[in-house]
Amino acid sequence: MSICRALLLTVMVLGAIGCGGDSTSKAIYNKHIVNIAGSTSVMPFTEKLAEHFMVEQPTFRVNVQSGGSTAGIQACMNKTVDIGMSSRELKPDEKTLQEITICLDGIAIVVHPDNPVTSLKLSQVRDIFSGKIKNWKELGWLDRRIDAVTREEGSGTRGAFEELVMHKDFIDDGIMVQDSNGSVKEVVATDPYAVGYLSLGMVDTRVSAVNIDDVKPTADAIKKKQYKIVRPFLYLTMGTPTGDATTFINYVLSKDGQLILKKEGLIPVNESK
Amino acid sequence: MSPSKAVLKERIIKQILTACAFSSLLFLFLIFAFILVEGLPLFYKVGVKNIVFGMKWAPTKGLFGIFPMIVSSFLVTFGALFIGAPLGLGCAIYLAEYAGRQQKLFLKPALELLAGIPSVVYGFLGVIYIVPFIRQFIGGSGFSLLATSIVLGIMILPTIISISYDALTSVPRSYREGALAMGSTQWQSTSRVVIPAAKSGILASCILGMGRAVGETMAVIMVAGNALKIPTDMLDPLRTLTSNIALELSYASGDHRMGLFSTGVVLLSIIMVLNYLANFVIRRTVIK
Repeated sequence: MSICRALLLTVMVLGAIGCGGDSTSKAIYNKHIVNIAGSTSVMPFTEKLAEHFMVEQPTFRVNVQSGGSTAGIQACMNKTVDIGMSSRELKPDEKTLQEITICLDGIAIVVHPDNPVTSLKLSQVRDIFSGKIKNWKELGWLDRRIDAVTREEGSGTRGAFEELVMHKDFIDDGIMVQDSNGSVKEVVATDPYAVGYLSLGMVDTRVSAVNIDDVKPTADAIKKKQYKIVRPFLYLTMGTPTGDATTFINYVLSKDGQLILKKEGLIPVNESK
Repeated sequence: MSPSKAVLKERIIKQILTACAFSSLLFLFLIFAFILVEGLPLFYKVGVKNIVFGMKWAPTKGLFGIFPMIVSSFLVTFGALFIGAPLGLGCAIYLAEYAGRQQKLFLKPALELLAGIPSVVYGFLGVIYIVPFIRQFIGGSGFSLLATSIVLGIMILPTIISISYDALTSVPRSYREGALAMGSTQWQSTSRVVIPAAKSGILASCILGMGRAVGETMAVIMVAGNALKIPTDMLDPLRTLTSNIALELSYASGDHRMGLFSTGVVLLSIIMVLNYLANFVIRRTVIK
């Protein structure tokens, strides 16, 4: 009996999701629905924006899903979502999409809070990840192997890190790989000898962000273009945004939306321009 | 109910059950077809040698070598077997030969529970306890071949125990009685008569345990560290075939995605060989 009920419920839920995009259901529920998917780095901030937006505009419903920058770009091209999120620049063959930069994000190089190394040169970071520097001794700490952590191939954060830090060098094969900002933070927060990189907005007291070339990674330093490891957070649409998607994008770019992003540790575009 | 109605009903039920039986075959076929269709084109494009024996995995740069992952998959599997097989076999022998009814009543359900724990829980415990323990007392980052082997060794215990137990209990009672009548102790009868008689079943349990270890994904991602190099040390991180697929699938597109399916093709081949081996070993016992 309960199985039947569960099945019925599943069918109903699937049905509701299935017709979420079509106009008749919108009329029935009097809701405007915006579907967004993409980068795991942008998602938490989009969710926050969506929460505030839905309070202001109760007739709207914004569905936010993660899946990664590439998945977001593809979903946008297939028109399965209204807005795609990306935390990396578009590749040439993806340039058919309309890009809207909603804010800038720094990539912080993070270590365990107990680690006395608080400042690194950009070239040192590059050498750590390309496997040239393997021991903390070479950076003026104790004789212990560096447990470097990178992101998996295809991740937007990794893409940006490769472009901004590694340049032509490859990330070494011996370096550990984790599949989200959260897992990288977890490893760095628990291993005193670890070093990793993650979105500046995700940095909290459990990890400490090191200065790069003597510049502290702060919103201010990014605005003044002193901190160099910076990437854009993009919203993507197929063609010029229309209808409900525009309303949400306009909200994100408005003073209120940008203020929310600023509070989250990101760098608003309206100010930084 | 008239007889013809009963016959009709019987026939319908039989047909429904036949359809159920063949649907699993259909699913298997669909999975095969799907993985091959998605994965094979890359083998043509890049070459089997460059994928299976390639040393470098950088799919966004056109390199699809998964050899280190194949080696790593086997390393963790043997590591798991090294830990799981003696422990599991010991447990199975105790259950089959030594344990009284009371102890069996308590141990069997506990082992079934062990099999039912979701793999993410094993992975979580590995990250919280085993990884920091290794980092602190043995060395390295803790995310390592050693940690993965321990976690997988525990995870394959139920498989090894239940199948070896079945093999041991299916040895006829007369064998044991014969040995005891000759004046052997219980351990002598177990080690010289019962275990040799159950050999193939025990071997099959290890092969099936290997299948489980090769296929495990979630727990491995959490404790293996996922580095791409072939580990040279018990404390080096490593990446298996399954974790490669799960780690990168969400971001992959185009050739990268196809590369992951090619990983799946290789994994499928390995699992097929292992299952075939296990079946072969089991069938041989039955015929004997």
